Amino acid sequence: MGNVLVWAVWVGAAFACLGSGIAVISFTNPFYSALALIGNLGSLAVLYLLLSAEFVAAAQVLIYAGAVMVMFLFVIAYLGGRADAPWAGGPSWQTIGAVGAAGALLVEIIVAIGLKAGGSLSHADVSESFGSPAAIGRSFLTDHLLAFEITSIVLLIAAVGGVVLGSYARREHWGAAEPLAGDRPPVEGGV
Amino acid sequence: MKGPEVAWYLGVAAFLFTTGAVGVLIRRSPLIILLSLEIMLNGANLALIAMARHTGNLGGQIFALAVMAVAASEVVVGLGLIVAMARRHLDLDVDKLSTLRG
Repeated sequence: MGNVLVWAVWVGAAFACLGSGIAVISFTNPFYSALALIGNLGSLAVLYLLLSAEFVAAAQVLIYAGAVMVMFLFVIAYLGGRADAPWAGGPSWQTIGAVGAAGALLVEIIVAIGLKAGGSLSHADVSESFGSPAAIGRSFLTDHLLAFEITSIVLLIAAVGGVVLGSYARREHWGAAEPLAGDRPPVEGGV
Repeated sequence: MKGPEVAWYLGVAAFLFTTGAVGVLIRRSPLIILLSLEIMLNGANLALIAMARHTGNLGGQIFALAVMAVAASEVVVGLGLIVAMARRHLDLDVDKLSTLRG
């Protein structure tokens, strides 16, 4: 009975995941795309829970669906809902080629999984604490300490890069920055 | 509480990855390209976590958390670039960003 319930939850989450993924790339309005991506991330968190990755599921909801998507929605609200219509004007050669290449990629991955795994990918017997915050924290601070520290450096560099990009855009907006080559002629004497 | 085999999760991950790849290839708005990149990263994350469950090793989940950190960094820089483009009154269309073309 429990197995049927797990299957039902899996089917619901998997189809929600795939459907919202297709919705993200089909909507013309980027605001709707971002909302569909939030649904995608939420259903992925359910799949993570089924794989006994509780901490990653919580981090997914907090970091992705919380912080990252709020930032996305702010930028989309700031820039306005402008985007191209993906399927407008009939299929172009670029669309056909992209869908064909992606379909070939999908078939290749599925065949590789089928050949290598052949349905023998069972769940390992793990303890109750597998994927709990305590286990993840212990693993991070013992076996994967270097990865943990490098991650913090990556985040620091990204924060500095975001500040630099933002301040450059602001100076450019005021017209006091040096203009880029090929953008527009330099203002004599500056401002 | 076993549920579907890990291979089913890998199938979902493969479909998510290709969905994101189609989005990156056919859309022209850099915002939607960033959203599609997130889908691709999440497909990879799902595969990592599924294989962590298969092997019973926490390394896959650690790797998935590192991928999340990299994705957050990528969004910060990407959105900064998009805002800088918008402030310089460039069209939000990646096909028109051809200044660096040789």
